[in-house]
Amino acid sequence: MADGYESLTRVYAPHTESDIREMLDAVGVESLEDLLRVPDAIALAAPLAVPPGLPELELQRTMAAYAARNEALGYVSFLGAGAYRHYVPPVVPAIAMRGEFLTAYTPYQAEVSQGYLQAIYEWQSYVCLLTGLDLANASVYDGATALAEGAIMAVNATGRRAILVSAAVHPNYRGVLRTYARGLDLDVEELPLGGDGRTDFASLEARLADKRFAALVVQNPNFFGAVDVPGDDVRRIVEASGTVTIGVVAEAMSLGALVPPAGWGAHIAVGEGQSFGVAMAYGGPYVGFIAANKEHMRRIPGRLVGRSVDVAGKPAYTLTLQAREQHIRREKATSNICTNQAHCALCATIYLAAVGASGLRRCATLNVERIHALSEKVVAVPGFSRRFEGPVFNEAAIRVPAAASAAQVLAKLRERKILGGVDLGRWYPQLTDCILMSATELTTDAEIEALASALRAIVEELDLVRA
Amino acid sequence: MSAPETTDLLRDRFEPGHGEPLIFELGQPGRANTYFPNGRALEEFLPATALRAELPLPDNSELEVIRHFTRLSQRNFSIDTGFYPLGSCTMKYNPRVNDAMANLPGFRDLHPFAPDELAQGALGVMYDLERYLAAIFGMAAFSLNPAAGAHAELAALLIAKAYFNRIGEGARRTTVIVPDTAHGTNPASAAMVGYNVVSLQSDARGRVGVEDIKRVLGADTAVCMMTNPNTLGLFEDQILEIAAAVHAAGGLMYYDGANANALMGNARPGDMGFDLMHLNTHKTFSIPHGGGGAGHGPVGVAAHLVEFLPTPVVRKDGDVLSLDFDRPDSIGPMRSFWSNFAHAVRALTYVLANGGDGLTKVSQLAVLNANYLRVRVREFLETPYDEICRHEFVASAQALKRETGVRALDVAKALLDHGFHAPTMYFPLLVPECLMIEPTETESKETLDAFVAALRSIVETARRDPQAVLAAPVTTIVGRVDETRAARDPNLRWRPPPKPSS
Repeated sequence: MADGYESLTRVYAPHTESDIREMLDAVGVESLEDLLRVPDAIALAAPLAVPPGLPELELQRTMAAYAARNEALGYVSFLGAGAYRHYVPPVVPAIAMRGEFLTAYTPYQAEVSQGYLQAIYEWQSYVCLLTGLDLANASVYDGATALAEGAIMAVNATGRRAILVSAAVHPNYRGVLRTYARGLDLDVEELPLGGDGRTDFASLEARLADKRFAALVVQNPNFFGAVDVPGDDVRRIVEASGTVTIGVVAEAMSLGALVPPAGWGAHIAVGEGQSFGVAMAYGGPYVGFIAANKEHMRRIPGRLVGRSVDVAGKPAYTLTLQAREQHIRREKATSNICTNQAHCALCATIYLAAVGASGLRRCATLNVERIHALSEKVVAVPGFSRRFEGPVFNEAAIRVPAAASAAQVLAKLRERKILGGVDLGRWYPQLTDCILMSATELTTDAEIEALASALRAIVEELDLVRA
Repeated sequence: MSAPETTDLLRDRFEPGHGEPLIFELGQPGRANTYFPNGRALEEFLPATALRAELPLPDNSELEVIRHFTRLSQRNFSIDTGFYPLGSCTMKYNPRVNDAMANLPGFRDLHPFAPDELAQGALGVMYDLERYLAAIFGMAAFSLNPAAGAHAELAALLIAKAYFNRIGEGARRTTVIVPDTAHGTNPASAAMVGYNVVSLQSDARGRVGVEDIKRVLGADTAVCMMTNPNTLGLFEDQILEIAAAVHAAGGLMYYDGANANALMGNARPGDMGFDLMHLNTHKTFSIPHGGGGAGHGPVGVAAHLVEFLPTPVVRKDGDVLSLDFDRPDSIGPMRSFWSNFAHAVRALTYVLANGGDGLTKVSQLAVLNANYLRVRVREFLETPYDEICRHEFVASAQALKRETGVRALDVAKALLDHGFHAPTMYFPLLVPECLMIEPTETESKETLDAFVAALRSIVETARRDPQAVLAAPVTTIVGRVDETRAARDPNLRWRPPPKPSS
């Protein structure tokens, strides 16, 4: 169509035809193709198999059509298990999406990056205050990679090459730990799950006796939502064996209520900060954190921001202790991490600043209250029960009637537009009759009631409980 | 007693060039925002032994929070505020439509454990992006599982290790060859899978020499990690011969895709003989860097390595997409969930916006901009490898340093005073006093000319009055930061002031 702009190609490049001509002349070549000559044998045989570019209006339609096929958004959801639905005050995206934050690079040039550097320093401080440990890094990819990197810290600290991890640690975290361990030829062994849904420490003393393990990994609240921390006797055994205790926090919201990792003996805390204002976004990007006692300062991977002064003596922030990093140490680096999750960490920092101590405690309290409200209503349905007794934070393992499986109940709930939770049989063969259900501050009484009445209807429909 | 301190804090804030207090110094108990209804007491549900005693975080009014972080945002350089010629970082414009699409509720609020049949749109984004990347780079398959470029390097080397274990050569193939023009993460990633690193010097043309690589190849060679164009911005024109030699020795070729912006629609790593590769879609595909992350690092493989890709893999049966975790030969999962999905949405949005023709044009214009800068900059600075470059080129301040004492670092700092970000410095290591410059395709000729004028004036100033350059920057919020002190006596966090003794 002859509107005079036929050659418009959407490459976000500002070049006019005359710019291109002038620049080619300056370089001394005839054409753009002349700049990109390659040997004939590798020259592209055909144009790229990618459809023609779309004007923005059509682009939005195309992407919106993908989004519309995610029908889960129309369902009431009790999904948790490492990614959580939480309230995000509008102030968080309003500030975080400012272009000065969004389009900045890693703050290598400290003089023009003070804002981001200070925000990361504040994030490191928040992580320390929340975990009770001495120092924290700028962030790592997510909770699972934080665990893998924490385990490597423990290996480097002890010179031992085995990790002992509780079976109540998030299965995906254990999976990633095993992936990394294969690369480094580390052994990963598991402490079994006790009958109460908590780590069974009975075998611990015997297993730690030969001082083979670099780290003991425990998660609180554990994968089943339960408070699961080593008692004083266990801690004594761990300390005596020189094993590093790694505390996993897969639900950061719990730090608003529960004893922090340092309070139950963790030397290193690793975890996932998604709950602090970061979207679930089908799994990422999220924000992993690593905090540690100061003895581990030079072993902690990833970026660290430090407070120093400038030439005039004014307070100034900068990336520091870079001698640990790959661009200085190359193959002797403590880790290959180059990026951090700065923008997600920024969201979390703004979130924590906005909610403050009072808001975080209140929100955490609501989570505890909501899961207990859910649990109460669900176990009132004939045939349903809590699989494990004891206090939980914001999720619980719910056992379905003996005549059914978790998968079957979840499928029936889906017919009623409810996502009832995660089938625990996916990871624990002994728990195929259990659903991990989550409730947060966003879970309403009406949603819980809808869940309970759907379960009641399913019991009747499938004739699961004989009167 | 605290009143004067608070006043000082705020006076400090409102004086130009002065500091912004820490968020921890600003709050007051009782200044909370009401986001959440009041609940019942925690003690009703949890034993006191499970509860934390104190939560020492500040309470701030929302306006105070907004002012604080808005002011922090303004103390930053960003693409949105200026030109960012950082070599190998590909700081191109980040189209806002990408973010708008990533923030569609159907993407943003989707739980990773949403059942496959209710997440077909998200799986479609992943599947389609993987297919487009495979077409653009000539690989059999991509996985979006790794979280960033270095993470994808690690995934690729784990794949190589799994492959060699499979064919019974895992025990002896323990060496990774890394040219000196490679990125710093390459050797670090190799170390994370227990590989030894052999560094390879570039030849006089700034490229990997076929005979040089043959000398280090052997029965222990696992992987040769290369980037093409390399970090000097030069195309490795003997790549087929290099790949043939590595393959003849039984090794695998790995392509570091950090420099892929110069390649789209021009040549494909798959056609050059690469078996494995990663991409930094936060570079080439316009995803915002966000101050250093989150990144996004798809890993691509040739057909013989597909079975080793990380879990889960998006599979298609008829029209139905699903996440496949049942992959017995997989290296396993690399991260908590499936991908940095919001970034996959951004990358797909960018691919569809440009189309195949547009991506080809992107590479051409990125290379045009780099060459234009190269011929303009060589008027007053050495450009050690002075031939047609790709997406970036290197200049050297070595002669300038000899004449005036002004180093690459000083030139870079002086650029900050002119409103430009510094180029990448002292990398690659083989060029002394290196300034590595990558303009990307999204900068106009006017911007490039203004950058050249600034750089020229710095070089001229250095010859006339070196002290003026050595003192730079002087217009920034802080001057050069004492990094020695930061590292010697690390202050990595705020601590609450000691409680007054009663």
